[in-house]
Amino acid sequence: MSREVMEYDVVIVGGGPSGLSTAIKLKQLNPDINVCLLEKASEIGAHILSGNVFETRALDELFPNWKELKAPIQTKVSKEKFLFLGKEKSLSWPTWLLPKVQQNHKNYIISLANLCRWLAEQAEGLGVEIFPGFPASEILYNEDGSVKGVATQDMGLDKEGNKKDSFEPGMELHAKITVFAEGCRGHLGKELIKKFDLSKGKDPQQYGIGFKEIWEVNEKNHEEGLVMHTAGWPLDKNTYGGSFVYHAQNKQVYLGYVIGLDYQNPHLSPFDEFQRFKTHTAIKKMLEGGKRISYGARALIEGGLQSLPKMYMPGALLIGCDAGTLNMPKIKGSHTAMKSGMIAAEAIIDHIKESKNLSVYEEKFNNSWVYKELHEARNVKPSFSWGLVLGIIFTGIDQILFRGKLPFTLRHKHADHETLKMADKMPKIDYPKPDNIITFDKTSSVYLTGTNHTDNQPVHLKLKDPEIPIKYTLDKYDEPAQRYCPAGVYEVQYENDLPKFVINSQNCIHCKTCDIKEPSQNITWVTPEGGGGPKYGNM
Amino acid sequence: MKILVAVKRVIDYNVQVRVKEDNTGVVTDNVKMSTNPPDDNAVEEAVKIKESGKAKEIVAITVGEEKAQETVRKALAVGADRGIHVKVDGVIEPLAVSKILQKIVDKEKPDLVFMGKQAIDDDCNQTGQMLAALLNWPQATFASKIEVKDKTLEVTREVDEGLETIEVNVPAIITCDLRLNEPRYASLPNIMKAKKKPIEQINAADLGIDTKPRIDQIKVEEPPKRKAGIKVANVEELVQKLKNEAKVI
Repeated sequence: MSREVMEYDVVIVGGGPSGLSTAIKLKQLNPDINVCLLEKASEIGAHILSGNVFETRALDELFPNWKELKAPIQTKVSKEKFLFLGKEKSLSWPTWLLPKVQQNHKNYIISLANLCRWLAEQAEGLGVEIFPGFPASEILYNEDGSVKGVATQDMGLDKEGNKKDSFEPGMELHAKITVFAEGCRGHLGKELIKKFDLSKGKDPQQYGIGFKEIWEVNEKNHEEGLVMHTAGWPLDKNTYGGSFVYHAQNKQVYLGYVIGLDYQNPHLSPFDEFQRFKTHTAIKKMLEGGKRISYGARALIEGGLQSLPKMYMPGALLIGCDAGTLNMPKIKGSHTAMKSGMIAAEAIIDHIKESKNLSVYEEKFNNSWVYKELHEARNVKPSFSWGLVLGIIFTGIDQILFRGKLPFTLRHKHADHETLKMADKMPKIDYPKPDNIITFDKTSSVYLTGTNHTDNQPVHLKLKDPEIPIKYTLDKYDEPAQRYCPAGVYEVQYENDLPKFVINSQNCIHCKTCDIKEPSQNITWVTPEGGGGPKYGNM
Repeated sequence: MKILVAVKRVIDYNVQVRVKEDNTGVVTDNVKMSTNPPDDNAVEEAVKIKESGKAKEIVAITVGEEKAQETVRKALAVGADRGIHVKVDGVIEPLAVSKILQKIVDKEKPDLVFMGKQAIDDDCNQTGQMLAALLNWPQATFASKIEVKDKTLEVTREVDEGLETIEVNVPAIITCDLRLNEPRYASLPNIMKAKKKPIEQINAADLGIDTKPRIDQIKVEEPPKRKAGIKVANVEELVQKLKNEAKVI
């Protein structure tokens, strides 16, 4: 089958903070360079989900005049709180005793989706060609094995993969350099890491699943600029996670929960932990009389420097969280993603102009403030594998006394899909039923995401072995996909007492958790037809 | 034959629409917008007619703010030849749109005007009919099948009682139903090519039309929440409840 081909200097896969920053920086350095950016969402921002307390450092460098350019960054952090939650009580931790990385008084509460929309406008203004609704579904290679570019998804295939009347073949985009900026667990990034063995000598990557809801709360419960984090209840002390509560503009509160995907109990349901968290007195009283207006979830990177793969290969670069540049103790990845994207642009210009080896990217990266930040942060997440209490004590010593300069590096020992224990060895968890006021079920939550995938298209959640879910995973782990999926995509249904594994792929909100956590790595997330997935507003 | 196709930018049909807190309208900031779905059917039908050799040119037109141009751009990507964007900021009602379209029809002299049967945002279902009245042209609304004959069109209409087939003389206004066809995808190569097709921009004010709303919108509210249902044991109980509690029979 012949596909149309377009040649560009640089093709960028993904319109998040890193990819857009690369595009912008490239055009700033060389207005004549041809840059094309592909985005799988129906518009830029529609698949972006983030807390977000934003550190402006990278943006200050990219657009020193971002205020004049009316970037959607307005709410400065005015007050900070940190709570340890017990089942009924809560203990407020003094902010001055928090490590410096967790202090936010110079930062802003923003919607990252809106910032991306703004970045896309700037990029288009500089001449970047942006194509939303076109997922890159395939990597193209040159004969010498180097990356040649990507192809977009074929459109108009039915469930069996046959061409419908509306069939449109994908298109090949060839580039001197292809930049992969798909975000956490990008499906092409995953292929590249494997093909070029980019994780060699690195620890297994660590992930978390993050939930976010936007609430419009009662005026008396709203304190614009307040940033609050919690640890503790409802999670047990061996599960890594915590909440964020950010009071944004217009009486909105961005409320979220992050749980490390290295959790051990297959009965744990991250979604229900988040819902239960909202029933804590300290949270419930803030939400009462308010209204939930948005919901979403997305996997995020937690591995840090130890798990960061090599970020260059012949013909291509891996940037942002497609590689894994999030700073976990800071709970921030937007500024590091942006900076990694800007460094990539500088490296590409050097490569094209002076034919420097692409390894110049990693040299520049290692000399940048991102590397320094990630180096100082590197020991925090692994220390929590000892449990909450020891983790906090160690982090206090590491981050407050030594400021991340301890002369050793703790390692991540296991990949997240290896950490589950057998279902019969772990306690079942009895989650309360949703009250539809403060807590909700998955169906009504997914409804808020505006998620849709065209009917009658190939299922984009592929099983390597269709027998495994029922024959192995259900038996050993009580099929945890029913619980870790934040959108209710996976169900075990019983027909005549016989279990059947059902994939409701049309509900998928593109979080990638299944691809990460499935114990046998049996589920592979691939791109659905363009424009599918959630339609997030100001997430 | 020349076909003018009108398209409107509306909130995407997948988005859960939210009423503004002050009840002055619905939230549109940072909400995904798309072409009104039946307008996509109108464009598709025009393109099909052109592909069959029965039309020579398709002109796509939209009326609205700057970003409404995206809908014309999409029509260009699936086969329209050129675009017109009549710029108006703020609320614009069907009557004003019809008056604008009338002016454009006077200028462009198309043989057919296609548009969606109604827009999914206000559900007015008026623009096509008003335009037909202003131009004194025949109209065929809710079209689910169109056959181009010599100087006439045979149009099947989706009406309450079923299907109605009528014949209209050209020039005519056709408003299109979702059942008319399956709109094609805008492919990436065609989107790239569409960027080079011309879009003429006209200010509504320059057409001498007063686009001021004629309707005062007092309040926008969410519909009342549906109460949870109940299960009844048998038909007798159902009839009894419908009679005595719901009082509907």
